[in-house]
Amino acid sequence: MTRTADLMDYAEVVERYDPVLGLEVHVELSTNTKMFCGCENRFGGEPNTHVCPTCLGLPGALPVVNGKAVESAIRIGLALNCEIASWCRFARKNYFYPDMPKNFQTSQYDEPIAFNGFLDLTLDDGEVVRVEIERAHMEEDTGKSLHVGGATGRIHGAEHSLLDYNRAGVPLIEIVTKPITGTGARAPEVARAYVTALRDLLRALDVSDVRMDQGSLRCDANVSLMPKGTTEFGTRTETKNVNSLRSVERAVRYEMTRQAALLADGRSITQETRHFQEADGTTSPGRTKETAEDYRYFPEPDLVPIAPSREWVDELRGTMPEMPWERRKRIQAEWQLSDAELRDLVNAGAVEVIAATVDAGAPSAEARGWWVSYLTQQANKQGVELAELPITPAQVARVIALVAEGSLTNKLAREVVDGVLAGEGEPDEVVEKRGLKVVSDDSALYAAVDEALAAQPDVAEKIRGGKVQAAGAIVGAVMKATKGQADAKRVRELVLERVGS
Amino acid sequence: MTELIKLTAAELAEKIHSREVSAEEVTRAHLDRIAQVDDFVHAFLHVNADGAVEAARAVDARLAAGDAPVSPLAGVPLALKDVMTTVDMPTTCGSRTLEGWRPPYDATVTRRLREAGVPILGKTNMDEFAMGSSTENSAFGPSHNPWDHARIPGGSGGGSSASVAAFEAPLAIGTDTGGSIRQPGAVTGTVGVKPTYGGVSRYGLVAFSSSLDQAGPCTRTVLDAALLHEVIAGHDPMDSTSIDAPVPPVVAAARQGLTGDLTGVKVGVVKEFGGDGYQPGVLRSFEAAVEQLRALGAEVVEVSCPHFTYALPAYYLIAPSECSSNLARFDAMRYGLRVGDDGGHSAEEVMSLTREAGFGAEVKRRIMLGTYALSSGYYDAYYGSAQKVRTLITRDFEAAFERVDVLVSPTTPTTAFKIGERVDDPMAMYLADLCTIPSNLAGNAAMSVPSGLSDEDGLPVGLQIMAPALADDRLYRVGAAYEAARDAAAGGSLVHKVPELEVTK
Amino acid sequence: MPNISRDEVAHLAKLARLAVTDEELDVFAGQLDQILDAVAKVGEVAGQDIPPTSHAVPLTNVFRADEVRPSLSQQQALSGAPAAEEGRFRVPRILGEE
Ligand SMILES: [Mg+2]
Ligand SMILES: [Zn+2]
Repeated sequence: MTRTADLMDYAEVVERYDPVLGLEVHVELSTNTKMFCGCENRFGGEPNTHVCPTCLGLPGALPVVNGKAVESAIRIGLALNCEIASWCRFARKNYFYPDMPKNFQTSQYDEPIAFNGFLDLTLDDGEVVRVEIERAHMEEDTGKSLHVGGATGRIHGAEHSLLDYNRAGVPLIEIVTKPITGTGARAPEVARAYVTALRDLLRALDVSDVRMDQGSLRCDANVSLMPKGTTEFGTRTETKNVNSLRSVERAVRYEMTRQAALLADGRSITQETRHFQEADGTTSPGRTKETAEDYRYFPEPDLVPIAPSREWVDELRGTMPEMPWERRKRIQAEWQLSDAELRDLVNAGAVEVIAATVDAGAPSAEARGWWVSYLTQQANKQGVELAELPITPAQVARVIALVAEGSLTNKLAREVVDGVLAGEGEPDEVVEKRGLKVVSDDSALYAAVDEALAAQPDVAEKIRGGKVQAAGAIVGAVMKATKGQADAKRVRELVLERVGS
Repeated sequence: MTELIKLTAAELAEKIHSREVSAEEVTRAHLDRIAQVDDFVHAFLHVNADGAVEAARAVDARLAAGDAPVSPLAGVPLALKDVMTTVDMPTTCGSRTLEGWRPPYDATVTRRLREAGVPILGKTNMDEFAMGSSTENSAFGPSHNPWDHARIPGGSGGGSSASVAAFEAPLAIGTDTGGSIRQPGAVTGTVGVKPTYGGVSRYGLVAFSSSLDQAGPCTRTVLDAALLHEVIAGHDPMDSTSIDAPVPPVVAAARQGLTGDLTGVKVGVVKEFGGDGYQPGVLRSFEAAVEQLRALGAEVVEVSCPHFTYALPAYYLIAPSECSSNLARFDAMRYGLRVGDDGGHSAEEVMSLTREAGFGAEVKRRIMLGTYALSSGYYDAYYGSAQKVRTLITRDFEAAFERVDVLVSPTTPTTAFKIGERVDDPMAMYLADLCTIPSNLAGNAAMSVPSGLSDEDGLPVGLQIMAPALADDRLYRVGAAYEAARDAAAGGSLVHKVPELEVTK
Repeated sequence: MPNISRDEVAHLAKLARLAVTDEELDVFAGQLDQILDAVAKVGEVAGQDIPPTSHAVPLTNVFRADEVRPSLSQQQALSGAPAAEEGRFRVPRILGEE
């Protein structure tokens, strides 16, 4: 029944309307354990094996706050220039949903641990935009449902559902912006830049895996339009399911063009949750909120208030890492990059990963080489951000080290990277499993060289006669025979040595 | 009945530890008694004969090997309210919703009892999810008062109080959210203590109202209650509201009280608890008890706690609000009853059908009341105001405890009422907890100790003693002194006046 | 304080996931009205200047170390399940959003 809305041309949208954005980001913390129990906080695993009475919501079980999660929340708050509450409580948010074991979410309501902050973003052309942060609060994740039967594996048409609570109770920080106004045509870009900057910040803080593809960073985008010249916010929609940086930009842009078409048509916007479709970049309606949901919040009686002392907060302030924007400045100087070069790296999302690769021991030139060429190609092929590639900077640094010590040729190194990207394990494991070590055993190479020389006596004669460039044919034959696993330079040396030239 | 079941827990412990009798004999004597009278009393929802005997044998084996008893109550059996999780017994909370549910974990109280070598005889009956004052709200039928079969044994922990009064167990565990240990104690002539909130772990206590619930001892003597208190109390890292401080020296206080001297103790009589609505026989018993305290050397003054009259309405907002949230988890998805899963109904429909079928009227009433009180438009007027009343009541207690060491009042305005008398009148039922609720709201410690029988109906009356938070020991000193004086004056132990019960052959 | 209507009670029952009968609605509407009337008394003394009490203990900052504790086995986790399949809780189809 969903009628495909007509879309307004984007140029016309921004000529007639001012967009207002509100971004809600949920971050899964990478603590060892869950928010309120000692179950392991780990992605995946056999279903219902990281669960206990508390995170399963069994009768009688009680929550106990993970101190490390509170610490992470405060550090995130500080990094976002927030005030830290001197006293705050958890609250219960009551609503029924099968993937929520207690049928309430333990969250924070009117007393968030961090509030009133900001984050400065640098857009592609260098323009800086300040996004005001309303609050950052602690809560818990839900379980996961699998819908069985029906054609699509989706909720609609499913015959029954299967629930796994491994993720239930994983610590979340919800970061909410104040309404972002005045961004005009750049609203989609700002949305993307905000999530990117937040992701880089969280990665620098080392509090989360920040993997949008795996759901450890999730963004809900609220979008509304107001006719140019007016100041009253329009009715907003909230688009969920946006699980890549590119999608954030696309979803905002799509909503702007969709809403504008409706408004221009004299129709009204329905306040609702919408879902983003990766495939065609559109959004479709979810649950309609006719009246605001009554969550019946009240202070969580099972958890006592949190009152971070000044000393504790100051101590945590002392653990703030180098912020991404500071890091960029330093890197520019160290790598001797022009503003344009740095911006290209930033826009490619490569700075952090390169820096991390350098931190893991690789020379900066090699690190840049890998990330801006081969890995950028792979990311483009997969349609993901560089940082979302399933390879870590440490793994790239290891590959670079293997090349430097002569264990891999550049060609083999690319194969190793392919293996890591394919989930075959650490670089050394891939080398082992795929048998990619450079053949450096000279005796094996001597045999291959001798064989190649014997097979092409005329070429051997030419080399002997001083036509050293003819050695290429022999080297080629040896490389072919060793399936590329020999170091070509070494083969050439051996060929010349064998013919005694 | 054999002599063993008439003994106090302290006496049984002494005989077991000196190996005069075996723990197994003691446990079997109580199991036999349960087999004889529980058809009549209906204190138990589940009897754990094999498990209890096994635990008793383990105690005997250790003693035989020359080891010291693992606790002062090692070998003395106990009845556990069916609201505490147990891995080896069902935990139903008196509800259809949880019929037959076997938890995969033990409550901290359960674990402490096991570690103390206390054999658990079984699980006792209760009002569904501890909501009620009579056990009539149990899905499995009411318990009966051993003093009069036609009357209620109190609630919600009527099974625990009845089991102790009927000599089926020397010890029981209750939980007290608005009086569910003390009120049953009062109407069955037994001792019931609600420790300071946070004194006993709530981990594994199926929550009714989390900010009020507290587990405590149900016994026939004050000293027995103290011994049990020390076994179950103490800090538990699994409960964030558990107090990380030493357990008040309640056993020493009870022993001190038994010496019979209350000189220097200041007792405040709560002015607001008396007069209209109180049964005359209850008031006369209370006045006699106050005289007794004076005779023991206590200085008695009248104290006004003006906001105590707002405790009942505040309670009937806070408890239902919290219960509406706590009981949301009973949704037919992960455990418990499921109704209507026929392929046609959605999860949401199955939830509603199951909750409709699984919960009794009182539980539904309170869930809806709480849902209403927490709704955004009504929150401030109801839940918010109730929490302010909580502050006022706490201040009343603080002011009173600046003047006196303990406060006293009747535990409950009337003696045990007849089964069926108040079931259709929730407001009348709620009045049973009028005097007990303030201590739940403020979180301080309180005890009910029998003050004899009402002269008009011959039924037990309870004296409530209230002490500041973490001063639980004062209850025991005053309670034990009073108890000894009462029995001396009456020429015998009150609880032994319980009529002989009908026995199943 | 407002009288609670039968419709309001029906709405509460829906919010609380209770498939109450028409008969129950009548009974509950009367009883809830009576109870609400009595408990509204709290408003008499709940002045603006009085702070609410949410917890009976004056504790703050009760935290757990971020150390893994043993979880239940899958079998234990599913032991009370009305239905299970492939290591998961099997529930009727979930309506609502996707
Ligand atoms: Mg949230
Ligand atoms: Zn857990």
